[in-house]
Amino acid sequence: MNSVRAGAKHIEILLEEDANAVLTLTIRDDGCGMSKEQVSRLFDPFFTTRKTRGVGLGIPFLQMLAQQTGGNVSVFSKSEQEHADHGTVVRAVFHTDHIDFIPMGDLTESVLTLIQGSPDVDFIYRHTTPSGSVTMDTAEMRSVLGDDISLASYEVLGFIKAYLQEQYQQF
Amino acid sequence: MKSLSELAAIREQMKDKVAIRTGSGDIRVVVGMATCGISAGARPVLNAFVEEVAAANLTDKVMVTQTGCIGICQYEPVVEIFEDGKEKTTYVKMTPEKAKRVVEEHLKGGKPVSEYLIGNTKL
Repeated sequence: MNSVRAGAKHIEILLEEDANAVLTLTIRDDGCGMSKEQVSRLFDPFFTTRKTRGVGLGIPFLQMLAQQTGGNVSVFSKSEQEHADHGTVVRAVFHTDHIDFIPMGDLTESVLTLIQGSPDVDFIYRHTTPSGSVTMDTAEMRSVLGDDISLASYEVLGFIKAYLQEQYQQF
Repeated sequence: MKSLSELAAIREQMKDKVAIRTGSGDIRVVVGMATCGISAGARPVLNAFVEEVAAANLTDKVMVTQTGCIGICQYEPVVEIFEDGKEKTTYVKMTPEKAKRVVEEHLKGGKPVSEYLIGNTKL
C-alpha cells in the first residue's frame, strides 16, 4: 500500500524460504523513494510524512514481528529528487521455527486484495520454498487481457485466485 | 494446470461488457482495509461485495474500492457507500452475509439497510 501511495508503477513482492527456516520478505518498488533523513526516522512510530495523523506504524510493526523471531528489517531508498532510478526496497528476515513467528495467513487472499485495490500497478509476486514455488506477474496477465479490461474485474480476480491456489497446492 | 491463455477467453467474454462500462460507476462502495479493518474481517466483506455485485449484474454501475483507516476502528469492518447526489451511507460491523443484503436491498433496491447503519448500531 505504501508503495502505491508513493506512486509506484512496478512492485515486486518476494518471499524466500530456505532449508534452515529463514524467511526473507523483500518488497521493491519504483515509487518516489525517501530521503536519507526520512529513512533514518522510519523505525520511529511517531514519525510519518502524512498530515492526517502523527503516527506511522507499518515499519515499526514489521520490525517488531521480525525481531521477535530473531530477525530484522532493513530499508534502502533512493529519492526521486536525487536519483533517476528511484524507489524503495524493504527487506525483512524472519526465523520461521521461532515460537514467536506469526503465521503469514492466507497469502493468496492478501495478493488478491493488493491487485483489487491497485489494478493498474504491475505486481510481481514470487514465493519460493525448498519444496516448491509460486509466481505471478500481473504485467504478463495484462498483456494477454489488453488495457480495457481491469485486473480488478470479478472474472479476472477469480482467475488469479485459482491460478495462485493451484500453484500453492503443488507444495 | 491453469495457464494465462484462459485470460484470452475471459477477454473475449468481456469484450461486449466493457463497451457499456465506460463512463460508469455512479455508486462507489468503499471498504476500510487498514490493519484495523482487516483484523476485524474486512477481507471477506470486500470479497463478498465484489462477488455479489457481479452476481447481481451491477458491475457497470457499482465500483468496489478500498481505503485506509477511517478512524472508527471499534466499528470495523466499515463500509461507506457514495452515490451521486446523495449523502454518504456508513455501514458498520459488516459481515459477508450483511454485505449480501446491502447489495440486494441498497445497491439494487435503492433502500439502505437501516439496522446496519452507524447510527443504529451499538458497540
